Amino acid sequence: MLVNEIINARDLPVMEFDGIIVGGGGAGMRASLQLAESGLNTAVISKVFPTRSHTVSAQGGITCAIQSDDPDDDWRWHMFDTVKGSDYIGDQEAIEYMCSEGPKAVFELEHMGLPFSRTEEGRIYQRPFGGQSKDYGKGGQATRTCAAADRTGHSLLHTLYQANLKAGTNFLNEWFAVDLVLNTDNAVVGVIAFKIETGEIYYIKSKATVLATGGAGRIYSSTTNALINSGDGIGMALRAGMPVQDIEMWQFHPTGIHGAGTLVTEGCRGEGGYLLNKDGERFMERYAPNTKDLASRDVVARSMALEILEGRGCGPNADHIFLRLDHLGPEVVHKRLPGITELSKTFAGVDPAVQPIPVVPTCHYMMGGIPTNINGQVISVDNGKDKIVDGLYAAGEVACVSVHGGNRLGGNSLLDLVVFGRAAGLYIEESMKQGVEMKNASYDDIDKALTRLNKLNASTEGEQVAVLKNKMQQNMQNNFGVFRRGDLMEKGIEELAQTRGEVDSMFLKDKSATFNTARIEALEMQNLFEVAEATAITANERKESRGAHARDDHPERDDDNWLKHSIYYSETKEVSKRDVNYRPKTVQAFQPMVRSY
Amino acid sequence: MSAAAIPVEQIKTITMSIYRFDPSLDKKPYMQDLVIAIPTDKDIMVLDALHLAKEQEPSLSYRRSCREGVCGSDGMNINGKNGLACVTPLSEVLKRGKITLRPMPGLPVVRDLIVDMKQFFDQLEKVKPYLITKSDNPDIERIQTPEDREELDGLYECILCGCCSTSCPSFWWNPDKFLGPAALLQSWRFIADTRDEATEERLDDLEDAFSLYRCHGIMNCVSVCPKGLNPTEAISNIRNKLLTREKN
Repeated sequence: MLVNEIINARDLPVMEFDGIIVGGGGAGMRASLQLAESGLNTAVISKVFPTRSHTVSAQGGITCAIQSDDPDDDWRWHMFDTVKGSDYIGDQEAIEYMCSEGPKAVFELEHMGLPFSRTEEGRIYQRPFGGQSKDYGKGGQATRTCAAADRTGHSLLHTLYQANLKAGTNFLNEWFAVDLVLNTDNAVVGVIAFKIETGEIYYIKSKATVLATGGAGRIYSSTTNALINSGDGIGMALRAGMPVQDIEMWQFHPTGIHGAGTLVTEGCRGEGGYLLNKDGERFMERYAPNTKDLASRDVVARSMALEILEGRGCGPNADHIFLRLDHLGPEVVHKRLPGITELSKTFAGVDPAVQPIPVVPTCHYMMGGIPTNINGQVISVDNGKDKIVDGLYAAGEVACVSVHGGNRLGGNSLLDLVVFGRAAGLYIEESMKQGVEMKNASYDDIDKALTRLNKLNASTEGEQVAVLKNKMQQNMQNNFGVFRRGDLMEKGIEELAQTRGEVDSMFLKDKSATFNTARIEALEMQNLFEVAEATAITANERKESRGAHARDDHPERDDDNWLKHSIYYSETKEVSKRDVNYRPKTVQAFQPMVRSY
Repeated sequence: MSAAAIPVEQIKTITMSIYRFDPSLDKKPYMQDLVIAIPTDKDIMVLDALHLAKEQEPSLSYRRSCREGVCGSDGMNINGKNGLACVTPLSEVLKRGKITLRPMPGLPVVRDLIVDMKQFFDQLEKVKPYLITKSDNPDIERIQTPEDREELDGLYECILCGCCSTSCPSFWWNPDKFLGPAALLQSWRFIADTRDEATEERLDDLEDAFSLYRCHGIMNCVSVCPKGLNPTEAISNIRNKLLTREKN
């Protein structure tokens, strides 16, 4: 059965696994490693060869209180920083779990062979990152981000791939998952997926399905994200009737290279770099007198955007900021930041050991996602009550467990994906030991998951993918960026509503089966659009400013009404609220305070 | 970037001569010349030019992901030399307004610029590209001095793009027996790692006429590596290790 035919569930071949993981990035491969090592029949479905996943682009490090730089460091301080960084809508039970389990997860990575940089004592090298403190914000800057030069994501992803090879994980590399198969009991019983190279299509049946598809930064025109970051898991979940949580919360990284959008790690500022406006002023001293350039990312990004808006940007068009590193000396720059040196030369034509790097705030990370508990189990919200979705898990950027709340701290995404990829794996392993039955889907259930593909295959006219994508990206960039405003967002939502029909009935001209990237791009575009629409509607609904969500028309944080998660369903396009977890198990909850840096 | 977004006065055209082959349509491969408009006010990468070509010809297929030279998806043969499209500026490879793109040589072509990487990854797996330890893991990390860790610089950065192995005549000749520069670089990455405890078995695995010794020091691998790595040096380090090791 090939992907370019009109496909009927009755003719579809079936593959069976105990557990399938959709996505071969850090979260997916940490989960699959857990399952493969426990002897379960596990498959990773990845649309790219796993080491091409976007985790590879993470640079600065993985934040964790491993007590290398400071023997007195405490995971509770890391927890405090993360709660504060989230602007108090991160779930404290999840943050507690991540920060306390973190050291174990990081040491495991080292045991697998991750080539961390080292201290003189031979321990893992740690560098300072934004929003880090000692002693619950009272002890000054902490140094907590474990690093392999500025290639930590590359090192982590390759190490996990290597460990999975060793463990004998089945890899379905360059396979594309189209949609979830949901049976009439609302249990997830696998996915529809096809092998990109040949176009062979299957129903892949499983007892547990883990979504680890990463982010969706490509909804914006300017992003640090890889071209493959199309929110496939979000699209699949929304179409299957699952909600997304806090999807309006998008991180704009302060330092994307101007023009190219490629990332320059926060580790540059951790190593002592700083930002300058056109007057050569270290302007962060005005906005964050204590932590300056190492304030939280949302704070730094907004300060930069304001400098540019008020005419103090650098360059002929006054449209960027300079990141200065040359004072650190060529040794630090080349040894600690070799990847940045390479990227700056390639994409900005500057050697950072000599000249400043032109940077602008650039879309970077999706704090929101599919709500889960700390075991990775997906949660739906039914009449205000949490309900676990049978058979479905999510981990990493696609999930919202929620450890990042309204704003993620640098170095916490790599920690999130190993800790919760591992946690989902552990939970599935344990539940399989107790016994999980393979549930069935009817032909009708499977046909539903084939609708989208069949429609695309049958298309004879309609708009081209590139045109629709461009329109959506401009809209999101202009109306849902660093600063937001009700009237502009409403205009943006209206424009999306007009585009919706075109996206649902777009034209796939090339109907071939063999490595047809046009079909992939069309399917990805539909996923991106789900994310864009969810973002837009939810952003307009949250009438306050919190974390990365900054509204000119509602400039204050509103704890009375919005110390809440937002929950969005695509079927109704309605936004509701869900309580934030303030029930950590071993420490007192951190109560909301005024957030200053 | 979309072609429509470029103002008319800033457009110039270039010719992209691209290897095309779709096994379901074409009996044999052919070169297609696509004329595309590119901006004149800034340099773009070969990958950006390919995106513009794909807007015109949506059936054109190539792999891409990070677009910043770290994921290794878009290795291809650019004007006769292997490289990554996303970090190759068009200005550096444009000759009289023309650029020629072919798939990486030596591997079966799946479609257009996409090759079947199976042989490449099979060879990689043969070197057991993962840390092997026999002693128990400590409660914290294993201790490694900065000097020992420095031995891995120039090795761990490999992105598995395949540019090196597919430019190596020894690999073209014996892709099933000679492991190729990428796999051998990985082999040395683990032999050189002071934490690894399987050096002897790794060396044993390489001691045949083909796996390692088919390297003739041509050094195409070094000249094409987009990350500036040196597989030839890694191969010669393994040779030295094999020559000097004491047989028990």
